[in-house]
Amino acid sequence: MSTMTTAPAPQLRQSLTNGRLPKWAPVAVTVLSIALGCGIGAAAGLKSHLQWGLISALLFVAVSYAVAAKVEGRRQAKDRFATSLVWVAFILAVVPLAALTFYTVQQGIAAINGNFLTHSMKGVVASTTPDGGIYHAIIGTLQQVLLATLIAAPIGLLTAVYLVEYGRGRLAKAVTFFVDVMTGIPSVVAGLFILSLWNIVLGFGYSGFSGSLALAILMMPVVVRSTEEMLKLVPNELREASYALGVPKWKTILRIVLPTAVGGITTGVMLAVARITGETAPVMMLVFGSDVINNDPFNNPQQSLPLYIWQQYSMVNNDFGYQRAWGAALVLIAFVMALNLVARGIARWRSPKSGH
Amino acid sequence: MTSSPPATSEGRVRRRRGDSRLGDAVFFNLSRGSGILLLAVMAAIAGFLAYRSGIALSKNQGNFLTTFEWTPDAAHPKFGIAVLAFGTLVSALIAMIIAVPVAVGIALFISHYAPRRIAQPFAYLVDLLAAVPSIVYGLWGVLFLVPHMDGLTRWMDQYLGWTYIFDQSKSGVPPRTLFTVGVLLAIMVLPIITAVTREVFRQVPRMHEEAALALGATRWEMVRTAVLPFGRPGIISASMLGLGRALGETIAVATVLSTNSVLSLHLLDPGGGTFAQNIALKFNEAQPFGRDALMASGLVLFVITLVVNGVARLIIARRKEYSGANA
Amino acid sequence: MKLQRNGRSKALAIGAVALVSTLSLAACGTDDNSSGGTGGASASASKAAIACAKGGQLLAAGSTAQANAIDVWKAAYSAACNGTTITYGGGGSGAGVQQFNQGKVAFAGSDSALKPAEVDASKQVCTGGQGINVPMVGGLISIVFNVDGVDKLVLDAPTLAKIFDSQITKWNDPAIAALNPGVTLPAADIQAIHRSDDSGTTDNLTKYLSKAGNGAWKYPSAKTWAGQGGQSANGSAGVAAQVKQVKNSISYVELSFAQTNKLNSASIATGASKPVEATAANAATTLATAKPAGTGADLALTIDYTTKEEGAYPLTLVTYEIVCDKGNKADGLELLKSFLAYTASDAGQQAIGATGYVPLPKDLAAKVQSTVAALA
Repeated sequence: MSTMTTAPAPQLRQSLTNGRLPKWAPVAVTVLSIALGCGIGAAAGLKSHLQWGLISALLFVAVSYAVAAKVEGRRQAKDRFATSLVWVAFILAVVPLAALTFYTVQQGIAAINGNFLTHSMKGVVASTTPDGGIYHAIIGTLQQVLLATLIAAPIGLLTAVYLVEYGRGRLAKAVTFFVDVMTGIPSVVAGLFILSLWNIVLGFGYSGFSGSLALAILMMPVVVRSTEEMLKLVPNELREASYALGVPKWKTILRIVLPTAVGGITTGVMLAVARITGETAPVMMLVFGSDVINNDPFNNPQQSLPLYIWQQYSMVNNDFGYQRAWGAALVLIAFVMALNLVARGIARWRSPKSGH
Repeated sequence: MTSSPPATSEGRVRRRRGDSRLGDAVFFNLSRGSGILLLAVMAAIAGFLAYRSGIALSKNQGNFLTTFEWTPDAAHPKFGIAVLAFGTLVSALIAMIIAVPVAVGIALFISHYAPRRIAQPFAYLVDLLAAVPSIVYGLWGVLFLVPHMDGLTRWMDQYLGWTYIFDQSKSGVPPRTLFTVGVLLAIMVLPIITAVTREVFRQVPRMHEEAALALGATRWEMVRTAVLPFGRPGIISASMLGLGRALGETIAVATVLSTNSVLSLHLLDPGGGTFAQNIALKFNEAQPFGRDALMASGLVLFVITLVVNGVARLIIARRKEYSGANA
Repeated sequence: MKLQRNGRSKALAIGAVALVSTLSLAACGTDDNSSGGTGGASASASKAAIACAKGGQLLAAGSTAQANAIDVWKAAYSAACNGTTITYGGGGSGAGVQQFNQGKVAFAGSDSALKPAEVDASKQVCTGGQGINVPMVGGLISIVFNVDGVDKLVLDAPTLAKIFDSQITKWNDPAIAALNPGVTLPAADIQAIHRSDDSGTTDNLTKYLSKAGNGAWKYPSAKTWAGQGGQSANGSAGVAAQVKQVKNSISYVELSFAQTNKLNSASIATGASKPVEATAANAATTLATAKPAGTGADLALTIDYTTKEEGAYPLTLVTYEIVCDKGNKADGLELLKSFLAYTASDAGQQAIGATGYVPLPKDLAAKVQSTVAALA
């Protein structure tokens, strides 16, 4: 939203500055530095195209600074410098993103068809035929992630509300302390904890739900930490205005604070969901993995997409296995993206109309 | 938390109208209950780890902090975290050095620089990176990134070899190194840091930005004086979230890194290890005692995460006066 | 603002479409893979050998080395017997044995026989009995290599030990050249690759190296790699991928991984008249000479790594199913016995021969069958 105000800014200054680069200058600099970068790369016989790109990027930043400093003065040059750095950051992000996406799609797209999406692996000898599918894994992932989110998101949200809106004193300090520590917990440890407590001490069997418990543990710190950050950014003026109108605190939080921060909170929850959806280790330990469709997450083993990918890659390990693994990876990514879009849609729909 | 609204003592709450008192009490207790529940779970895990670690450490025949090898199930159990701690910290450090500036750049790009038409889809695309499961990062890393890092590492060896840490002692070996792992982790944590930072930048009060521009600031000066100070605590928090993932990342590191139990400062030589990776690689075949030893290493990772986060909290607290969030 | 609203409704629409398609997907899945004609012939052939249990669930876990064999068996078994579900979680032998000793699985697949401590622990789960080793899946470890212009290579145990311990570092080392007359070996560095994870494969290889290596392997056999130098990779799949990618590399994987990744396997000079190739048939010869190491119902085997018999491939291994001799859980016992009876049968053993495993020799298989029949 803020982009709309900042975009016209340069024109405002036009009459105040001594010289200005023509509008096509950045494009020209880009083309020039890419050409130079490739030239140097080719001339020096550098094999890796990564280096070509890095040289071009460096050249781009340097040349834009130099040209701007010459024509427009130092303040403008710094501005150009920052702008070019931001653009380089953008390119740096695009390259691995594009490479990774392209690679996954290229490897996985051939596997995806109606049969693959609607069949389980029951009765399929994975290493000798291309048959079978991921339906059971999709169901498993769907249920496990949903259950984990149902556990972790409310607890995480409420905890963040507590920390930001009520939190004073030792309890809040202790909660903050443990949440911090938990962000770096290896998933194996969370899995083993649930295994010891839920499956061995309490004697429950392997099930989707016991996996969800471990996933919820992994999810909570991410939800708390990101929600906390977003709640802190809600201006106090809003809260005070609400109190001044005699609105009780809980209603202020529910009606004013949370809706204002809903975009950020959604991002945080989706980050957490994305993180747990790809977890393999606790799922292997607790959900066990299965070939057949199991629609009941509370009893008997289930399958999940990351575990399926891991099995197909590391145990089947031939062309059929790779094919299924990449196909499942593609579905997994698409699944998280779809969730993301849904969540964002809801967030935008519920959020106050004009931001701030 | 310190930036919570001023008038919040429970005394005030009680003085409000009768019907709101119940709602407030319920909501307060709900949120505090969640906090306590979370605390209980986390404390239970910490206790669980400490208990298992205690079993392991009492029988360790090596020095836990300085031993390089990890053979808890041998006849003379001997295991130590020196190599693992070094590898975890170094790879996470490399990841953060690369990822934080780039992520801030991308967040700025999305929130303040990009044309709106590019910004939105691009924001979704960066979120897509967060959705990629670790195992896929691992496979992509070893099949795609490692071969592509080959030229770069050789080039670094050639021109930066004098720094010792970038010296390659053996050539012709695929760069399945701590450095490559750092780069891969940077790519993995990038979307996390970007997503949170982006949301924080979006919340920058527009008046601050407009005031800066009205005073004749260039766009960069506006960003520097209005956006970055406001976003600083958020950037740090986001980085901590990313760091958490970098420290705890398991399967991607295990797939890419060629491990050994040698503590080498040559970051471009294959070798080293990280806590989470070591747990994943040793766990499946570990005897009960070996599992306890792995839990002990998990506890160390806890402590490291704690220290790093504590430092970050201190920085946020010190810079609070500039945050402007609730000024 | 208008633009924004547009974007908003678009996001909503996409979200709705995604949600609807997810939900509609949830209604049309099936377990029925029979239309694909999966393994039709072998399934019907083995049907005769299967005496079905009434039905139920069987959970097992353990060795990844035998996961593909179990996969073949359970496909055939579930095709023949309606209402049965067999689930094998391949989390590694160590994890499998622990799950077995926690009473969480009916049997565990393991690359190595139970240790005394593990047998003691199993007595808590097997009421009135204890855990026993039932050999079920034979296999072999291939020495795989990737050297330009070399597709046949002969090595022996001491040379292998030195290569994996970084004492021999060049492909044209005299020790290798002496074993390979007439082969042009490059002057390149050897890239020795070992497993970074703890594994039964490493354990079996190092058992071989320490028994047959004439002291060239200085370390005790273990699941954790102890040799000096070299690089490492995670899992047989990771190791195989590295050998494929890295020139002048050498490593060790189970036969099936060598086959599916189309890697060259080295022959081994054992002292027999000519070097022995890494084939299932040659491994079966070694397996036939294996000596029993267990007592009573326990059928643990000791493999003779120093065998000089003609056509006996020494790097052979056998993986076990760990079950209770007495005191198996009553509700799963019938299915357990029925399934293991099939896997030990002729048809069962032949079925896995095609996927890189070594069928058990006839008289060993007979012993296994009678042990399985006596389980209680």
